Amino acid sequence: MLALVSPALLVILALIVLPVGWLAWQSIYHDGFTLENYRRVFTEDIYWRSFALTFEISLAVTVIALLLGYPVAYLANSVPKGWSILILSLVVLPFWTSVLVRAYAWLALLQRTGVINQLLRYLDVVGEPLALVHNTFGTVVATVHILLPFMVLPLYATMQKIPGDLMQAGASLGASPTLTFMRVFLPLSLPGVLAGCTMVFVLCLGFYITPELLGGGRTVMVSMLVSRNVELYNQFGAASAVAVVLLLCVLAIFFAVSRFISLDRILGQK
Amino acid sequence: MTRLSPARIALYVISALVLVYLILPVLIIAPISFSSARFLTFPPPSFSTRWYQQYFANPAWMQATRVTLTIAFLTVLIATPCGVAAAYAISQSRLRIMRVIHMALLLPLVVPIIITAVGIFFVYARVGLVATLPGLVLANVMLGLPYVVISVLAGLQSFDPAQEMVARSLGMNRLRSFFAVTLPQIKSSVVAGGIFAFISAMDETIVALFISGGQYQPLTKRMFTALRDEIDPTIAAISTLMTAASFMLVLLASARQKKGG
Repeated sequence: MLALVSPALLVILALIVLPVGWLAWQSIYHDGFTLENYRRVFTEDIYWRSFALTFEISLAVTVIALLLGYPVAYLANSVPKGWSILILSLVVLPFWTSVLVRAYAWLALLQRTGVINQLLRYLDVVGEPLALVHNTFGTVVATVHILLPFMVLPLYATMQKIPGDLMQAGASLGASPTLTFMRVFLPLSLPGVLAGCTMVFVLCLGFYITPELLGGGRTVMVSMLVSRNVELYNQFGAASAVAVVLLLCVLAIFFAVSRFISLDRILGQK
Repeated sequence: MTRLSPARIALYVISALVLVYLILPVLIIAPISFSSARFLTFPPPSFSTRWYQQYFANPAWMQATRVTLTIAFLTVLIATPCGVAAAYAISQSRLRIMRVIHMALLLPLVVPIIITAVGIFFVYARVGLVATLPGLVLANVMLGLPYVVISVLAGLQSFDPAQEMVARSLGMNRLRSFFAVTLPQIKSSVVAGGIFAFISAMDETIVALFISGGQYQPLTKRMFTALRDEIDPTIAAISTLMTAASFMLVLLASARQKKGG
């Protein structure tokens, strides 16, 4: 049996375990052991600000995705089967479109001469075109779009398991629909909320293409810090240290969340 | 029939708006790609296929397309058997270490892709795999493996291993009984896993940004560079073709999965 897994395992070891290990080594070793790279990451302004910005954006994206995704999952859960299949198909449809293609679509929609600005000016809502892209706003709009399915699917999966009788029981005991929702349904859906939020937040921490193309150079997320240190400045040690810190953040979050819900539940999708 | 409460109406309206937000960017690209205008204007002034002609007439885009298709096909050819073998072993074996191996095979989904990409770049730079076809294929095999493993494991869950036991008790060896009894029944999840690995390789951008170069640059890398410089409607034509290809493959995969297995 071990022979059967060995080709796959070999690929994983050679192409992800070894490279990540290499990064970790390179971050502390350069003609002798050094913690210089980590000192820079933790003390220099540019690194701090990038980490802070990345966490802020990830938090904003997670909250927005939850606020947008919860009603959709709730609706999909409360309508007849045919309708819920339709809603879920619409949710996963963008999933199968390349991230690059969607970044292009958002540029086409949001830029100064883009579809939305043309529409707003045609309707005389604004005089000057709005700056909707090449900034943090555009990055967040496109990132939420890409990550929303990762929120809706675990929410829906959890809501499906909530027995409908519980809501009826609440109603028959005289509780208003709002009260039943708040006291019964919402608490029972919290594992799904946690799973969805974890996935969205963690994926957002490592986002690269969207902020690079839609951030206009000002929204420097951690992933861009890594790539710039490699491509522009040849600072391999610094790039490695940033990557290691980012990876530790991701693993710490997974570890913390796995104490409440199983990891299979978070990774189960797609 | 109960009357619609205000809360219910609000739920419908919000959900509809969110769904429009999800679908709109996917739908907007096709009209742009068939527009005659050099710059984005909406609605498009007139119908034209000039951006498609420009794509098909450009040797650089064509070379990139060949590279992408080669990578995607080779990725499926390698990742599918590796993933099927691994999933089969994980589902059959009771060894403790299999749980760890199972988690290890899902690592590509857990580690942020930018980290994987930079790490692979450093390793490839040492062993001379940067800007080579084998280098690109290997990286995509690694990224596609989890999809095959997840899909096939799900297929194997609904398969009764007793059937394979029967075949073996009738004198087939393990290999023959797998191909004669097990594989036909999990065929659709194998095909679905392979298709997901294909789409993953076709769309992969970040690793390619670091390790591809010279004549071996996939479509996504050229698109990324083009998008950073200026917005050329040729990208809309390519995007439309890529999206159409993805959707057809997903339909194929889900049609197979519905057939059973």
